Amino acid sequence: MIQVRFALTALLAFASIALPAFAQVDLSGNWNAMFLEDQPERIPGPELGDYLGLPITDANRLRADSWSSSRITMPEQQCRVHVSPYIFRGPTNLRIWEEKDPETQNLVAIHVYSQTYEQNMVIWMDGRPHPPEYALHTWMGFSTGKWEGDVLTVHTTHIKTGWIRRNGLVESDRATLTQHFIRHGDIMTHVSIVEDPGYLTEPLIKTQDFRVNLNYNGNWLYPCESVEEVVGRKEGEVPNYLPGQNKFLKEYEAAHPMVPYEAARGGAETMYPEYQKKLKAMEAGGKK
Amino acid sequence: MTILRTALAGVALATAAFAQVDLTAAESHGEQNKDFSKAELHVWPVQGNIYMLVGDGANITLQVGKQGAVVVNTGFAKMSDKVVAAIKKLSERPLQYVINTNSYPDSTDGNAPVKLSGTTITGANVTNDIRDSREGAQILAQENVLTRMSAPTGKKSPTPPDAWPTDTFLGKEKTLFFNGEGIEIIHQPEALTDGDSFVFFRRSDVISAGDIFNTDGYPVIDVEKGGTIEGTVLALTRLVDMSIVEHEEEGGTLVIPGHGHLCDQAEVVEYRDMIAIVRDRVKDAIKRGLTLEQTKAEKLTRDYDPTYGHNGYWTPDMFIEAAYKSLKPGK
Repeated sequence: MIQVRFALTALLAFASIALPAFAQVDLSGNWNAMFLEDQPERIPGPELGDYLGLPITDANRLRADSWSSSRITMPEQQCRVHVSPYIFRGPTNLRIWEEKDPETQNLVAIHVYSQTYEQNMVIWMDGRPHPPEYALHTWMGFSTGKWEGDVLTVHTTHIKTGWIRRNGLVESDRATLTQHFIRHGDIMTHVSIVEDPGYLTEPLIKTQDFRVNLNYNGNWLYPCESVEEVVGRKEGEVPNYLPGQNKFLKEYEAAHPMVPYEAARGGAETMYPEYQKKLKAMEAGGKK
Repeated sequence: MTILRTALAGVALATAAFAQVDLTAAESHGEQNKDFSKAELHVWPVQGNIYMLVGDGANITLQVGKQGAVVVNTGFAKMSDKVVAAIKKLSERPLQYVINTNSYPDSTDGNAPVKLSGTTITGANVTNDIRDSREGAQILAQENVLTRMSAPTGKKSPTPPDAWPTDTFLGKEKTLFFNGEGIEIIHQPEALTDGDSFVFFRRSDVISAGDIFNTDGYPVIDVEKGGTIEGTVLALTRLVDMSIVEHEEEGGTLVIPGHGHLCDQAEVVEYRDMIAIVRDRVKDAIKRGLTLEQTKAEKLTRDYDPTYGHNGYWTPDMFIEAAYKSLKPGK
């Protein structure tokens, strides 16, 4: 009897240690992006000066106001990768697979390969700690994951500076990312939550969906070689607009007369339904 | 020959000038009064033969190999015991070279104690003629670093002679071949001062950038010592050009900043772009006829302050003032 109890206790103890290492749901396979959310922003790309619905700080607004799209003609900018919170929003396909310890078959990591820019996000599932702050930052960052029921929750740090919207709005290298991967049969929802107190007043939460693809297994390469696009650019010259002098910021207002300029400037309040009241008040006050 | 020349110059300057060490410059960098007894020194492998030593003060670059060790910068003297212990732990042979990327206290304050932990390999008449020629590692730097750390005869020296560079160079660069790789010390004129250098470890493919590049603060441009914002932008552009990415603007050449986390080219581009943008704004303010105080009031760095503006010893206003003074016609 004592032996049986001991065996059960040992089994439970083993299970409690081993369980977190085994996937609750298998995410492995090829996944195609579906673009059900924010398609105009994600495929054609966002318009200049459109910060609507983003909880940005004043600092972030000025970063974007000063941003010139000519900057991406610079050779060192041409192959820049979308950082991990943003890359899932792009026209990308994903390949996901599990890495198992060959001796124990415990789950060591889940790999998420993104076709766009050939990026490989490694989600460590073996309990290892994040590196110290002074370690190298990368486009995909350093990720650790755990299963919360059937949801894979991932914490990502050490991300390079990058976009939150492809019109100059940034997240800094201090930003952190929480991700949830949720599989519903052939559909997978990816949730990203970016926190960056210097540039976001509230967490920025986005979702995007993917559909499993059983019939395609392409090579998914993304060769990128930078070239001199603007000949004769002066050494040390960086395209930008001086504060208050970016004439393109008004283009959005002209193309979308129903959206007041103040709303397009963004900020946390433009995310919430209550902002409708303010919009109506603006309308009543004579503003578009 | 240069060792002998600098050593003799050092003796002359020391006897005539060194009566009292002026720590004003060191204190201006705000970290001299910290409690260093609790400070930790972290050793982080970079790639090839290179490690990054991270503590309070500037990052220290360490190269180790069969011949011994090289350090780029030495941090604050109060951390030197820990720095020397880290070098001895990683290198079976003694430290032979200290390289200074500039004259700032957080890079050079530990020169004397760290140097004394090492040795200089000498031979022939040098060994015989100069009794202490083997004592301590050599300290290499661009000539203006020595000028800034020492003082003419009769003047008070800002640093003790033991901390001064023992071998300096005047040209575009000085090269060494040590521990199986070429090392280039490349002068960057008119950057933070007139004596800044990058140190490029060619085989390891690592560049120690010194304080010209930081991830946690604006560049500490000292206009009185020949620094300019334009020169800083150009130096960072050269750093971008020197580094070669492995894939999609990532990896390849790694860059150790003066302060902050380990980087590759992407962060250098980000930093260079930020300084160039602020430069353009300050130029415009000058063109509009704004005074220095009016320019400061415009808060021209406010979009970058969340990343670079929290450095207590070098505020956004101090950066703007340095930029303004270096760009103002007739500077």
